[in-house]
Amino acid sequence: MNLGYEFQLFNARLQALGSGALWWPDRKLICVSDLHLGKSERIARRGGAALPPYETHDTLTRLADDLERTGAQCVVCLGDSFDDVHAAMSLPAQEQHWIARLQAGRRWIWIEGNHDPGPLDLGGSHQNELRLGPLTFRHIAAIPSQGEISGHYHPKATLALGGRTVSRPAFLFDSDKLIMPAFGTYTGGLHSTSEPLRSIMQNDAYAILTGPRPTAIPMPR
Amino acid sequence: MRDLPPQFQDWFATKGWGIHPHQQDMLDRADAPALLLIAPTGGGKTLAGFLPTLVDLAQNDHKGLHTLYISPLKALAADIKRNLTTPLTEMDLPIRIEDRTGDTSQTRKRRQRADPPHILLTTPESLALLTSYEDAPRMFHGLKRVVIDEIHALADSKRGDQLMLALARLQTLCPDLKRVGLSATVEDPAAIAHFMARHPDPCPILLADPGPPPDIQVLHTTEAPPWAGAGAAYAIPAVLDQIRKHKTTLIFHNTRAQAEIFFHKLWLANDDSLPIGIHHGSLDRTQRERVEAAMVRGDLRAIVCTGSLDLGIDWGDVDLVIQIGAPKNVKRLVQRIGRANHRYNAPSKALLVPANRFEVVECVAALEAVLAGELDGDPRGPGPRDVLCQHILITACAGPFEADALFAEVTSAGAYAALTRAQFDACLDFCATGGYALRAYDRWQRLLLKDGKWHLRDPRSAQRIRMNIGTIQDTDTLKVRMKRNRGGKPLGEIEEGFAATLTAGDTFLIGGQIVKYEGLREMTVEVSRDSAKKPRVASFMGTKFATSTQLSARVQRMFTQDSWPELPSHTAQWLELQRQVSQLPQPGRLLVESFPHDGREQTVIYGFAGRNGQQTLGLLLTKRMEALGLGPLGFVATDYATLIWGLSPVDDPDTLLDPSTLYEGLDIWLAGNAVMKRTFRASATIAGLIERNTPQARKSGRQATFSSDILYDTLHKYDPEHLLLDITREEALRGLVDFGRIEEMLNRIGGRIDHRKLARVSPLSAPMFLEMGRVPVKGDAEERLLAQEAQRLMEASGLANITPAPSNKPRWRVGF
Repeated sequence: MNLGYEFQLFNARLQALGSGALWWPDRKLICVSDLHLGKSERIARRGGAALPPYETHDTLTRLADDLERTGAQCVVCLGDSFDDVHAAMSLPAQEQHWIARLQAGRRWIWIEGNHDPGPLDLGGSHQNELRLGPLTFRHIAAIPSQGEISGHYHPKATLALGGRTVSRPAFLFDSDKLIMPAFGTYTGGLHSTSEPLRSIMQNDAYAILTGPRPTAIPMPR
Repeated sequence: MRDLPPQFQDWFATKGWGIHPHQQDMLDRADAPALLLIAPTGGGKTLAGFLPTLVDLAQNDHKGLHTLYISPLKALAADIKRNLTTPLTEMDLPIRIEDRTGDTSQTRKRRQRADPPHILLTTPESLALLTSYEDAPRMFHGLKRVVIDEIHALADSKRGDQLMLALARLQTLCPDLKRVGLSATVEDPAAIAHFMARHPDPCPILLADPGPPPDIQVLHTTEAPPWAGAGAAYAIPAVLDQIRKHKTTLIFHNTRAQAEIFFHKLWLANDDSLPIGIHHGSLDRTQRERVEAAMVRGDLRAIVCTGSLDLGIDWGDVDLVIQIGAPKNVKRLVQRIGRANHRYNAPSKALLVPANRFEVVECVAALEAVLAGELDGDPRGPGPRDVLCQHILITACAGPFEADALFAEVTSAGAYAALTRAQFDACLDFCATGGYALRAYDRWQRLLLKDGKWHLRDPRSAQRIRMNIGTIQDTDTLKVRMKRNRGGKPLGEIEEGFAATLTAGDTFLIGGQIVKYEGLREMTVEVSRDSAKKPRVASFMGTKFATSTQLSARVQRMFTQDSWPELPSHTAQWLELQRQVSQLPQPGRLLVESFPHDGREQTVIYGFAGRNGQQTLGLLLTKRMEALGLGPLGFVATDYATLIWGLSPVDDPDTLLDPSTLYEGLDIWLAGNAVMKRTFRASATIAGLIERNTPQARKSGRQATFSSDILYDTLHKYDPEHLLLDITREEALRGLVDFGRIEEMLNRIGGRIDHRKLARVSPLSAPMFLEMGRVPVKGDAEERLLAQEAQRLMEASGLANITPAPSNKPRWRVGF
C-alpha cells in the first residue's frame, strides 16, 4: 500500500510522505530530516523574539502521526534534529519523555548534523552516518555519492499554476541520491532553482512536492 | 497682536510680501500647548508653522535643540531645509537647521546627537529611533516646539500613532513642549486635533482662507479610452500636448507599475525630446535625488510620479497636475491638485485622464464631489496595540521604566486615551515574555522586572529592536543593478515575488528603461541593458486606495439614469452596451454575472458595499463555494463589486447568498484566510515578533528564515487566545473586513438577485480584471490544479523514460 509517492533509489522502494518524511516499507524504516527542535528557545536565548513556543510539540505530533500510520520500527533522524546542542539539553521534561515514548520498542538513530554535533543525552544511538543495504544516510550530501539520503538544504520547489505559484517543501532526487525536505515546523526552504541545489542535482532530477497529495515534477532549475 | 521683529519685516518688505492672516494668528498663539492649522497647499503653511520658532530664536539665545519638525517624507524634510535656509541666510540669522532621515550618514547622525542643531527636520521613524537612545533626555533637553507637517497624511496610518507615542515620551522629557500641526483640508479637523494634542489638552483649530476653487476637468481626447486597461496609452498624444503648453506638469499615477509603463510609452512618443523624468519610491535614491534636483532647477517639463511626490513638496513652477486613472479618493485628489500653481490665491489647474470607461464614470463622479466640496475619510479607530508593543520595546531600549508611568504617558496620546490598564498590561507582558499560555521563556524573558522597573534582560537586544523600528510595511524587495565587473549602477528595487518569476533573458521595465535579467548575486538582481519590444512590468506593491463611500454612492446613482448627458458619448454607449448584453445594477436588487474567461469560471457580484464590504463578501462566498465543491481559486474586491474565479461555474447565486448558511463555519475559514495571514504578518512585525532586520540578516541564505504563515498557524492551533491574534482580528476589522456593510446589503436586496449568465466578459466587469490585491483561496482547487500541472510537466519532459522512473503515474491513494 502506498502512503505517499513511491519511487526507487538503487532498487530500494521508497515513499515520499506528504508530511516530508521518507518511508522505506521493506525495512520498516522512517527517515525525517532537520527537525530543528527547540528553535524558538534558541532564538529567545540569543536575545531574539519570543516566537510561539509550540514548534517542538507540533513537530513531535506530526512525527508521532507518521510513526503510527506507517508502523515504523526504525527511525532515522537525519541531522539538525535540534537547533543547537543547548536546545537539545534544555528541552522541557515533558517533551523529553515524549521522545522517549516514541523511541520505546523502536530502533532510533540520530545522525549528526551541523547544528547538533556530538552525542545527545537522549535515547537512541548517535552516528555520523548510517549504511543500510544500498543506501547511505548522512546529513549533508557528499559529492559524488551513490544511493545517498541527505538533508541539510531544506529544499522547496515552486510550480506555476496559471496565475499563481505554489511553493512547498520538496524531496529532490536523481539517479544517485535523495535530498530530504525539512520536517521541523519552524523551518524555511531553499528553492530548487538556487545554488548549490542546482549543481548538486543532476539533470534527471525530480522534485516531489509535499502536501495533501505528494506530487512529482521535473525539478525546477 | 505680536509684531514681527524688524529683520523679518524688512525681509517680507524686500520680497514684496505681506504676512498672511493665518501666519500672524500662529505667531499670536505661539504659547498654546497645541494648535492645528488647516491651510491649502501653497498657503505659506510651513512658514506659518516655523514663524514662532524663528522669531524666538532671532530674539533670544538658545542652546541646543529648539524645534523638531516631523514630516511623513524624507524628501519633504530635505525640501524644507532648502526653503528655510534661504530666508535665514538673507536675514542673516544664526540658526542651525539640519535634517535627519534614514538617508543621513552615520557620522552626521552621531554628531547630531552630541551637538543637536536648533531645528531638526526628521521623520516619525527617525524620531522613534532617537527616543530609543539612553542619551535622549540630554539631546532633547530644552526642546520647546514640535511642528508636524502634513499631519493629515500621518493621521491616516500607524506612523501617526507611533509619532504620537514618541511625542508623549518627549512631553515627559520637556513638559512645556508646544505642538503645532499643519494639515491640508480634511473632512474632520476635530479628529486630527484630538489625535495630535496631549490628552486632555485643548487644541484650537485655525482655518486659513481655502483660496479659489480649483480648475479641474476631464482631459478631452479624440481617441476613446478602452473598455478595460489601466495604462491610458490612448491619451499619450493629448498628454504630450498639455506638457508642451505648460511650464511644468506633474503626472500622477495610482501605482508604480502604471507609472513605469506610462513613462516608457510617453518617452517613445516624445518626438520633441521634452525633458521628462520619472519619480517613485522603488527607484534608487540617487536616481530620485537627480530627478528632484533637476526639478528644483526647473530643467524638467514633466515628471511621471506616484504618491512619493504626493505631499506638499514646494517645487515652484508646477502649473498643471495630470491624474492618470480615476482618483480613488476625493481627499487625495484635492491634495494632489494642490501641487499645481503653487501660488496662494491662484486657482490650481488639474486634468483627469480616465484609463478606461469605468474610470470615466468615476472621474465624473469625483469631479462632482470636488465641486460639491465633499471630502471623504473613515473615522480613526483606537490606537493600534501592535504599535504600542513596539513603543514599549523602544522605551525599554532607552532605559528602565515603571509600568505605571509608561501607562500614564501612553494614555496621554489621544488615540490611546481609552486604552485600559488590562490592555496595556497584556502588551507589556507580550513584550516581556511573549505572552504565551505556555510560559516557556522565563529564563529568556526580553524584559525583566527589577526594583519596580522593567529593563532589557540582554542589552544587546536593543540593537535588534532599533533595527526594526517603524510601522511601514514594505514587501520584501531586492535591489536591481547593472551587471558590471565591480558592481554596476543601482537602478532601484523590485519585489522579491516578482524577481522569483524571472529567468535569465527575461526583460522588464525599471526607471523607464528596459533591462534584461542576468541573474541573482548576493541578493541583488543583476541586469543588462536591452532593447526588447515588449518588456514585462515589474510588480510593485501599490498603495491601494479605497474609493470613498460618497463616490461609490454617486456612481451607483449614475447607473440608474436613463441617459448620461454628462458623460462623453463613448462612455454613455458603453453603459448602453452593458444594458444590452447584461444589465446595469439596480437599487434594491443585486446583480450577479457569471461567465467563462481566461480558462476560469468567473462570477461578479455588484454589491456596492465598499471595498472592505466587498472583500468580506469575497471571503464569505469563497467559503460557501469551497463547501459546495465549486473550486474557488481567488477573488478581488473593488468598492463596487467582487470578482471570484474558480474551476466550476456558479449556477445558483441564491443558494450561495442565503443568509442562513452564509456565516456557517466562518470563524474557521476566516482564521485560515490569506487576508488574516497578511494582517498577522504586518502586526507581528510591528509588535516585534517578526524581525525583518537582524544583525546577521541574509547571510545564511533563505532557508534560515521561515514564513510568518507558519507562526500564524502554530499560534492559532496552540494558543488561540494570544494577544497577537486578538490584535490581528481587530486590525482586520479596522481595515479589511466589514460585516456590517454585508448585513446592510443583504437586507437591502432582500433576496432579489438578478443572475446573468453570459458567454463572455461584460462591459461593466472588464475593469475588474485589472484590480490589484487579488486574494488567493487555498483549497481543493489548488490541489486539483497542482496534480494536473504536475502530470503535464512529467509527460512533456520525457523524464519519465529515464531510469529510475517514478512509479508509473503519481499516486495518492492515501491522503491525509
